[in-house]
Amino acid sequence: MEKNKLIELKGICKEFDGEQILKSIDLDIHDKEFVTLLGPSGCGKTTTLRIISGFVSPDSGDVIFDGKKINDVPPYKRLVNTVFQKYALFPHLNVYENIAFGLRVKKIPDAEIRTRVKEMLALVNLRGFERKNVNVLSGGQQQRVAIARALINEPKVLLLDEPLGALDLKLRKDMQNELKNIQAKTGITFIYVTHDQEEALSMSDTVVVMADGKIQQIGTPTDIYNEPINAFVADFIGESNILDGVMISDYKAKFAGHTFECLDKGFAPMEKVDIVVRPEDVDVVAPEKGMLQGVVTGVTFKGVHWEIIVDIQGFKWMIQTTDYSAPDTTIGLYIEPDAIHVMKKSEYSNMFGDYSSFSDEFDELSDVESVEDEEEAKEE
Amino acid sequence: MNKRSFLERFAAVPHTVWAVLFILAPLLFVVYFAFTDTYGNFTFDNITMLSSYTHIFVLSICFALIATAICLIIGYPLAYIISQLSPRRQKLLVVFLMLPMWISLLIRTYSLMAILDNGGLLNSLLVSLGLDKIKIVGTSGAVILGMVYDFLPYMVLPIYTSMSKLDKRYYEAAADLGCNSLKTLFRVTLPLSLPGVISGITMVFVPSISTFYISQKLGGGSFDLIGDTIERQFKNVSTYNIGAAISLVMMILILISVAVMNRFSDEDEGGMIV
Repeated sequence: MEKNKLIELKGICKEFDGEQILKSIDLDIHDKEFVTLLGPSGCGKTTTLRIISGFVSPDSGDVIFDGKKINDVPPYKRLVNTVFQKYALFPHLNVYENIAFGLRVKKIPDAEIRTRVKEMLALVNLRGFERKNVNVLSGGQQQRVAIARALINEPKVLLLDEPLGALDLKLRKDMQNELKNIQAKTGITFIYVTHDQEEALSMSDTVVVMADGKIQQIGTPTDIYNEPINAFVADFIGESNILDGVMISDYKAKFAGHTFECLDKGFAPMEKVDIVVRPEDVDVVAPEKGMLQGVVTGVTFKGVHWEIIVDIQGFKWMIQTTDYSAPDTTIGLYIEPDAIHVMKKSEYSNMFGDYSSFSDEFDELSDVESVEDEEEAKEE
Repeated sequence: MNKRSFLERFAAVPHTVWAVLFILAPLLFVVYFAFTDTYGNFTFDNITMLSSYTHIFVLSICFALIATAICLIIGYPLAYIISQLSPRRQKLLVVFLMLPMWISLLIRTYSLMAILDNGGLLNSLLVSLGLDKIKIVGTSGAVILGMVYDFLPYMVLPIYTSMSKLDKRYYEAAADLGCNSLKTLFRVTLPLSLPGVISGITMVFVPSISTFYISQKLGGGSFDLIGDTIERQFKNVSTYNIGAAISLVMMILILISVAVMNRFSDEDEGGMIV
């Protein structure tokens, strides 16, 4: 099915305080698509969104909307609406007036406003909230008002800037489903910004992985997960063991001192590559039956599975398995050919993949919020 | 009772003494004088006599209202313009705005008089340009001008403060929902800066209605306002009681107007005064 391009970004560059935030972004967004811009803080995803909404103008490059260049169109004239990160509901207006705001500005008759606000409240499951003060609503309810306030204008595109970031985990899951439903019901193109890879994978039609002001990979969630283009994407999306390897020939890769059969081809003979093996794709077997042997250095119970860290020739692998292995025992690993994914070397090679400093990674994650705020401060 | 609460009580002593001596006691004296005659006998005469001062009350309220309105008309756009500038320029302009407040009100009024007087700076300039002199000092316009000049910063600062506290995201949300800058001003900035407007109005209206210096100097003695009347009564021992009665009524008037103003502002942002 050939869908028409709704938004095209062509060679977008943006600099803040001498720092290159976006380095030539090219991106096509199609009608009725749920697109997620995914990346760590500082990768430029929010800036990209703000360029589409018109709050930031690019230093160079073109923003094309429905075939027309809109670089110089101010935000209030663009056919897009935004759900802001911290909602930005108007504190002096109640729920009804907040949602009606866009229509009031356009001088729509009262009777029509009434029916449309009612429809919106039904859509976001807030029937009967009309007269409530927005300041007393819970985070989830404010979120719904913000979505209704944007959607009532019937935008061509809805922009969502980490809309679920402030909600707790349970509520976030519910809202993910609800957003997906709303998108299906309204048929509006959604552009969604998040640093949460799980959110991106479960909601999107297309995921755009960004890092360092560049687009790393564009693809469906399964493509991005199963066929990451480089070590950054492999590491950022899900858990990965990323190893140095050599393509001996088509369908034969050598890594961790063993030659494996794989499904990848098209590399030069003896080309150096990065190998990705997902933790859930490794089978634990008796040492003598394994292709690789290693010593268990850590075991963590995760509910559905055990997370085992195995030391193989100094490289720490992460393995997710339903079978328990005691620490300090030697186990064998068996890897199917389709569990091996081969990637070309990139600037991100050797930066990720080893689980010897696993705890550090968690520390980094808990800092996300504060780094995010700094990033915004810089933009303003 | 633990040590800390003793210390806390002890620390509050100077404040309590101060409040009793300089706030509570004078207030009680005013009430006492308002309801007694020169011999200390209880009476309502002072209050009933006030009807003959009605025109003074009306004139003072009119002057104060006009001055407050002009301050609002000048002050609101000024505060808005300042709040839209870069943070560095904002700081600079706020300092400029506060600069006159570092100088005594008396000196400011005097210098205004020196400029506007018959032989003052403005008229000398007009004469040297071959134009006629204008009589400014002694007109009602001069009194109102004086009030506006002296109290304008009290209007601008609270409005500016409430505007600069506004989250920039509200502006973005408004623009996102179709507002150009004018519509944003009326639909978002204005309602959200209302608490600042309320305290600005209060902070200009209250000193304007009670001033006596401005009307004496710039009114050239032709305008008798409440402040002047009270001052005159207290200069003579025999009219202390009537002065106290006028003060009491004016105090009640101010309290009522402040209460009315505060009803307009939301309970969460009570404004800067009271």
